[in-house]
Amino acid sequence: MSATPSPNRVAVTDPAWAGEVHAVLRRHGVAQVSYVPDAGLGALIGCCGADPAMTLVPLSTEEEGVALAAGAWLGGQRSAVLMQSSGVGNCVNMLSLWRSCGVAGLLVVTMRGQFGEANPWQLPMGQITPEVLRLCGLVTFEVDDAARIAETAEAAATMVFKGGTACAVIIGQRAIGAKAFAPTAGSAMNGVAAGGQP
Amino acid sequence: MVARLLADRDDDLLVVTGLGSTSWDATAAGDHDATFPLWGAMGGAATIGLGLALAQPHRRVLVITGDGEALMGLGSLSTIGRMQPVNLAVVVIDNGHYGETGMQPTHTNRADGGRTDLAAVAAACGWLVAVTVTADAQLADAVDAARRQPGPVFVTVAVSAAPVPLVLPPRDGHHLAARFRRHLGVAPL
Repeated sequence: MSATPSPNRVAVTDPAWAGEVHAVLRRHGVAQVSYVPDAGLGALIGCCGADPAMTLVPLSTEEEGVALAAGAWLGGQRSAVLMQSSGVGNCVNMLSLWRSCGVAGLLVVTMRGQFGEANPWQLPMGQITPEVLRLCGLVTFEVDDAARIAETAEAAATMVFKGGTACAVIIGQRAIGAKAFAPTAGSAMNGVAAGGQP
Repeated sequence: MVARLLADRDDDLLVVTGLGSTSWDATAAGDHDATFPLWGAMGGAATIGLGLALAQPHRRVLVITGDGEALMGLGSLSTIGRMQPVNLAVVVIDNGHYGETGMQPTHTNRADGGRTDLAAVAAACGWLVAVTVTADAQLADAVDAARRQPGPVFVTVAVSAAPVPLVLPPRDGHHLAARFRRHLGVAPL
């Protein structure tokens, strides 16, 4: 259950929390995991893709994940949607589906434009991400400490899949590291070749 | 056309309809617990169908939507092409107009300068079947493809934009989702 980055990619995130969050999703019976990639999500995507109990669905845009999760809900399967904070803005109208129909959906969002961001174009969406999600009717859990990501995911998954409450786990840049635009060998920060927006 | 697609449906046919005429037409053909008519979420119908098809691999999932709704979710044709769900069919009832908002032309509307060929897009995204229906003589084969052939199946049907009487489905999304899940035997939380 380890994510194996391709040789030309830097290690993009702490494999410990990625594996732990994957274990949370597995324990809660999540069968469909959809995503638009982000460097900070690389290892978690890898863990979910390697799990035969999960169908990994790469998306062309984030709101597809919201719609996919609604379809899974109608069909009796549990779903999680992984995206970067900038993708939250793409989801706003589609999240009316969750609110209008009581869909128990789970988002896992990795932050950009928040803490040590060197790309100013990430800030407009990054600065409003949690508020947008709350306005759309989701309960939000912001976590900045890598050691607390798994317990936060567990709390959110319980509220979603047992409580029927749509939730978002928002993983801060303090936990995953701001992107290094000139990565040096051995950099553990988000790498340029690892997906997501520059 | 929608009535023909849904003729003789059995309890294993799961239907998602897009906001607007296709929801009204599906209701006119007979409201059903296993029909999920959208009142919003424009651009999401095909992807809702994908999530449903993955969750219910032994049942046929039929998405019936309009050209405007399909155009808003064009990227989802690419995602579905990637996932290759064998039990999913999407039928676009293409009248070349945004029927709910005053009949403005869509990008499929050749008379208005539209150039988009939705079936060609689906074919380019790797859908197993992608056909355009322009004549009554093709309808029987198209219905058979949508209901029975291995997918993903994409059918776009050119129809006239003549208005028909509206038959509205229930609009309470919680009710629509709950009845659908109950139909499938999904236990409540």
